[in-house]
Amino acid sequence: MEPRVGVFVCHCGTNIAGVVDVARVAEAARTWANVVHAEDYKFMCSDPGQAMVKQAILRHKIDRVVVAACSPRMHEATFRKACAEAGLNPYLFEMANIREHCSWVHEDKQAATLKAIDIVRMAVAKARLLEPLETRSVKVEPKALVVGGGVAGIQAALNLANAGIKVVMVERQQSIGGRMAQLDKTFPTLDCSACILTPKMVQVAQHPNVTLYTCAEVEEVSGYVGNFDVTIRRKATYVDPDVCTACGICLEKCPKKTTSEFEEGLTTRKAVYRLFPQAVPGKPVVDRESCTYFVNGKCKVCERFCEPKAFRWDDTDKVVHERVGAILVATGYDLYDASALGQWGYGRFPDVITGIEFERLNNATGPTGGRILKKDGTEPKSVAILHCVGSRDRNYKEYCSRVCCMYSLKFAHLLREKTAATVWNFYIDMRCFGKGYEEFYNRLLHEGVKFVRGKAAYVTDQPANDDEKGRLVVSAEATTLGEVLRVPVDMVILASAVTPQPDAPAVARRFGMSLSPDGFFMEKHPKLEPFSTATDGVYLAGACQGPKDIPDAVAHGAAAASTAMALISRGEVEVEAATAQVTEGACSGCKVCQDICPYAAIGFDGPKKVATINPSLCKGCGTCVATCPSSAIVGRHFTDQQVLAQISALFAG
Amino acid sequence: MSDRFEPVIAVLCCNWCTYAGADLAGTARMKYAPNVRLLRVMCSGRIDPAFVLRAFAEGADGVLIAGCHPGDCHYINGNLKTMRRFPQLKTMLAQFGIEPARVRLEWISASEGDVFVKVANEMTGQVRALGPLNWKVRAAVEPVSGLAEHHAG
Ligand code: FES
Repeated sequence: MEPRVGVFVCHCGTNIAGVVDVARVAEAARTWANVVHAEDYKFMCSDPGQAMVKQAILRHKIDRVVVAACSPRMHEATFRKACAEAGLNPYLFEMANIREHCSWVHEDKQAATLKAIDIVRMAVAKARLLEPLETRSVKVEPKALVVGGGVAGIQAALNLANAGIKVVMVERQQSIGGRMAQLDKTFPTLDCSACILTPKMVQVAQHPNVTLYTCAEVEEVSGYVGNFDVTIRRKATYVDPDVCTACGICLEKCPKKTTSEFEEGLTTRKAVYRLFPQAVPGKPVVDRESCTYFVNGKCKVCERFCEPKAFRWDDTDKVVHERVGAILVATGYDLYDASALGQWGYGRFPDVITGIEFERLNNATGPTGGRILKKDGTEPKSVAILHCVGSRDRNYKEYCSRVCCMYSLKFAHLLREKTAATVWNFYIDMRCFGKGYEEFYNRLLHEGVKFVRGKAAYVTDQPANDDEKGRLVVSAEATTLGEVLRVPVDMVILASAVTPQPDAPAVARRFGMSLSPDGFFMEKHPKLEPFSTATDGVYLAGACQGPKDIPDAVAHGAAAASTAMALISRGEVEVEAATAQVTEGACSGCKVCQDICPYAAIGFDGPKKVATINPSLCKGCGTCVATCPSSAIVGRHFTDQQVLAQISALFAG
Repeated sequence: MSDRFEPVIAVLCCNWCTYAGADLAGTARMKYAPNVRLLRVMCSGRIDPAFVLRAFAEGADGVLIAGCHPGDCHYINGNLKTMRRFPQLKTMLAQFGIEPARVRLEWISASEGDVFVKVANEMTGQVRALGPLNWKVRAAVEPVSGLAEHHAG
């Protein structure tokens, strides 16, 4: 029976129709073999648009549908569903992308229309040869993996666990808490960060549905949505957590000091340590790199004082395997290395510090007990806060880091509260967009803080007059005054850019994600699915997707959790139907395909001497299809015939 | 319209990186030469050398093969297979008298809309300079899967 193809051309408002002559595209389609119906409409994806497709399927007995609209990555699923609702196998649908690949990228209307016709002709050529495929469902493992124990990960884990779903949380550091644990007060409410975070940390760690692995990293991920197999490496900690009572005597007795990462290098910690006093879990671990015993073979002072005898010097890394249905990546962010931004003097002048260092200075458990002091131990009389250091700057990071304006205002407030210093803010624009943020800014305007609209160009210690002697001088153009200012201060705080974690590319690879141009993990859709990735079953929570403040990170984590929850509570999920299939009669049994398959999905039938493909393992990449020297493997939905027909159609115009 | 030669360039690319990169170029409203036509397969590893031959045989003036960067393939390493097939494909094309500049292999990620634009424009210019191919040896290129592997012996 000859196929009956229906072609539906979308205007997408003026997005397509503004450049492509959509009526002409439909008209051209009507002249092609097997096209029994073609029409154009304003918004094909709208309810009436979909209804139109469904009605046409029934009325014109259409059995192959082509929608020429946006990217299949956007609406393929929508129209497959519409086809199914009209009783058509969803794989009898083909999408022609005349928006992203045509109307949006070309200005010449004539050329764009001709190109659109080519694109649709190619889609029709493929559609003619499409075959129905059986969708298969697999069970979803009712367990989720949360990677990263910052506030977004914690929120996600709690939501899942509270819904009765088992959660495995993996945290690289000794404690969960993430960046938020380092902060002192949070804007704009000025509530204490630890006070609101630590209860959640404890909750997640003690939750009966949560298994928490700290000092651990995900090493390998295989499988697919609903059934991921995850390999987790738990680093040796040399302390048996089941025996340790967290009394803390070892922390006191350990003679070896090393820089504290949590305190941003402003002070030291011991070689046996917990990240910070309220760390969760609270049991200390031994840092092998700095421990005298591991470096010199002698010491073990800690062990002498350890009453419960918790030290295990022969401890080794442990590898744990978990099977989970969904993965939530919540690996957070890093901060721009301020020493790579030479003009602002970080690393050269001791009293040029970063925002996160200021958080620690201001914190009661921090290196100065919460007193804001210069490196010489005296209080600064004048402090400059420089916004957008490394952000909104094409030389570094083009994007806005979204938190700096607000924490700079917070710093200004805290400085005014705790010291007698004059406070200067050097900013490009004030971006106070969140709930209560603008109000906070207005409040600051009345607290005697000086605002200079202009990005600081550099910080120097070279005085131009007596007043500047022995001080740091911030130079900036005050754009509202149209003049270059030199402001002598005693301390400079850099609001350095929020950046992706340095290992983001490797992590993206491990979980099958992509990176956005800014280096953060790429979401499935920037507006509608900022918490999903292109890989089904892998979700994003928090600032690993892009800079976020705490409320946004928490909301993002909760959204990711609810999406994972929907998957898990549905209990089963449809898997790839467009898998490869061996044509037994054509297979010569050479086994070339077996080596090439990245998923070990290809077996061998000994008696028959032919390759066999396990459809549950095959992901439909088609590499074996292109490799088979006997053309014995059919790549369903992308068959040789279909692709070659598409190619021929491209030149049939 | 000018009489300038407008080459047709077939782009055979994977769904996950290059196709998405071209989508991004669209979303960002970048502009490029309208001479390229994309054909999507799931992985660049699916791109059979026969597809390239068919494209030239049917009238393509240039063919771009594109996929994820090595290490980034959505299917672990399909693109490495593509990478290994490519030199053989080029040799074969050279034997057919097709200039090497008419075929190109590029890794373009989902975030590299700008790279897609650059490559599309570059290739259009490059192939335009070479002029039309008019390669009509259809008979020589019946769809034979895994041609490259045959040649590899
Ligand atoms: S998926 Fe892009 S090259 Fe394999």
